[in-house]
Amino acid sequence: MPATPRTLLEKIWDSHLVCAPTGEQPILYIDRHLVHEVTSAQAFEGLRVAGRRVRQPAATFATPDHNVPTTDRRLPIADPISKQQIDTLRNNCREFGVRLFDLDNADQGIVHVIGPELGITQPGMTIVCGDSHTATHGAMGALAFGIGTSEVEHVLATQTLRQSKPHSLEVRVDGELFPGVTAKDMVLFMIGRLSTEGGTGYVIEYTGSCVRSLSMEERMTVCNMSIEAGARAGMIAPDSVTYDYLRGRDFSPRDFDRAVAQWEKLPGDPGCTFDRVEVYRGADVVPQVTWGTNPAQVVGIDAEVPAPENFGDSSDRDSGLRALEYMGLKSGTKIVDIPIDRVFIGSCTNGRIEDLRAAASVVQGYRVAARVHAMVVPGSGRVKRQAEQEGLDRVFTAAGFEWREAGCSMCLGMNPDTLAPGERCASTSNRNFEGRQGKGGRTHLVSPAMAAAAAVTGHFVDIRGWRYC
Amino acid sequence: MQPFVTHTGLVAPLDRANVDTDQIIPKQFLKRIERTGFGQFLFFDWRFLDDGSSNPDFELNRPEYAGASILLARRNFGCGSSREHAPWALADYGFRVVIAPTFADIFFSNCFQNGMLPIRLAEEDVDELFRRVATASEAGCEPYKLHVDLIACTVVDEAGFMRTFSIDPFRRTCLLEGLDNIALTLQHMDHIIAWEAAHADVV
Repeated sequence: MPATPRTLLEKIWDSHLVCAPTGEQPILYIDRHLVHEVTSAQAFEGLRVAGRRVRQPAATFATPDHNVPTTDRRLPIADPISKQQIDTLRNNCREFGVRLFDLDNADQGIVHVIGPELGITQPGMTIVCGDSHTATHGAMGALAFGIGTSEVEHVLATQTLRQSKPHSLEVRVDGELFPGVTAKDMVLFMIGRLSTEGGTGYVIEYTGSCVRSLSMEERMTVCNMSIEAGARAGMIAPDSVTYDYLRGRDFSPRDFDRAVAQWEKLPGDPGCTFDRVEVYRGADVVPQVTWGTNPAQVVGIDAEVPAPENFGDSSDRDSGLRALEYMGLKSGTKIVDIPIDRVFIGSCTNGRIEDLRAAASVVQGYRVAARVHAMVVPGSGRVKRQAEQEGLDRVFTAAGFEWREAGCSMCLGMNPDTLAPGERCASTSNRNFEGRQGKGGRTHLVSPAMAAAAAVTGHFVDIRGWRYC
Repeated sequence: MQPFVTHTGLVAPLDRANVDTDQIIPKQFLKRIERTGFGQFLFFDWRFLDDGSSNPDFELNRPEYAGASILLARRNFGCGSSREHAPWALADYGFRVVIAPTFADIFFSNCFQNGMLPIRLAEEDVDELFRRVATASEAGCEPYKLHVDLIACTVVDEAGFMRTFSIDPFRRTCLLEGLDNIALTLQHMDHIIAWEAAHADVV
């Protein structure tokens, strides 16, 4: 009898199941554990108190990213508490034998940018990190998800995690995207339809011709934001795009062809089924702009700020009205008429080289509007160097953008890069929560090209009509 | 970990959906390297005005909810970031139970690691609890209390409200006995070693 067809998720789950003791949650083996400074200190301290060690230091990789200054790295960190947290990570890595890409390391960067670009992230792996945007790594065909600090400690001590098997959700996007419409728009569009909790309890696998046609970096943008729809993980089956991306990277398998032969067995079998399926058309996606305080409060660039009082659901109505008040917006205002004060291009969602190229091509030949303060924060040291080799930094600085060092920066404003109360920002990051970029700050999530165009004009514009110089 | 068996406590309502972990504990307070002391920063941007004084419009600041240990919330509570600082802040403030129609996955898991019980009740039951809290508050009656029993898996008040809730049996056992998850997993070390041996080319 032929074996039951299995999905990508089921194959990775089955191959990593250590044991499922009766009456207990199953124990799943973890191949790669990524660590940063904000969610690890208490976990290492727990190990120390219990006299435990890191079970697989070679499978554990650390970098400081959330707190790091994006200004001159030769200067000391001004904030003593940030400095203490980064020093603590450094000391913990030394004590427990964990590899650290420290601030002075050329490969330091946002943990979800450096994992893939160093080849640490590979198809078929289980990958965790004390960060909800760990879903990013699912773009390589891995099962990758965020965990809390107690679970970080559990993985450090045992190299495993207690997990109940998640449900599977296929999000199929057919057809293709129109020019000017990006992976960011695709995922914001999807979140707008699924809602912020539509994916709760599920792992999303993105399928369909529109997804297959995306580059590796675009796939990362899509998987990155799975959590904004409530899904702990998003994944895309590996294919030649994945293998071409990984070939020759620092931590890629030495016998690469043998690895590819294994990876080729990962995509779902013909006839495999998901617990739930949602289907969208690439052609329905227009450039997206969020208007509210969660990523599902989103509309197309050609729309107006909606009237939440007309929403059918009472929770959506209440949170919509509250969001408009916080955002200082009125129903019926055209999105293209919303003026902006700040622009942030960067983050684990859109801080990669293709994102910077897209933004630079929009900016080329223009100046940042007088009212706007704009900055570009590369996702990693490598992205920064690559961009400088291509001259993108000069395009940005000539236009009036600030060009910074790598880190999470204004995506969450744990470092000095924050919005002032009332400031309105076009941001390529992933969350528009109240106060996310600074108390009282107003965040609109957009693609890199849309953010760049907003910087030039001082308000949102439809990038599909942009005149490139 | 502190075991959780039964708990009786005052209920505080937080009548808004999609409360994200950035609201529960804003990022500027994530720089501490301890697990303790986060309660003073819970819901900071909602709880305090710009001058540092208490915001009288925020639900938890109302005198009738002082000393609350059960938080009544709306859909998708705890969405967003994986920061365990969120349950740490709730627990340090004094909450031991959060009741909502739905929770975000990572927050939900994090609660169990900290002796805190997140309870999912049907939306109409949560609506009913919000009504009962409001009625008690408006009538100036005794503050509204609930009794939570993790052995029977029930939520009960003194005026006839009684609902059962479902919970993963393993998580229930861990909470009831205050078990150390890591110690529990280490009991299966022979399986972990065997898995690693069988996958030596990957590990």
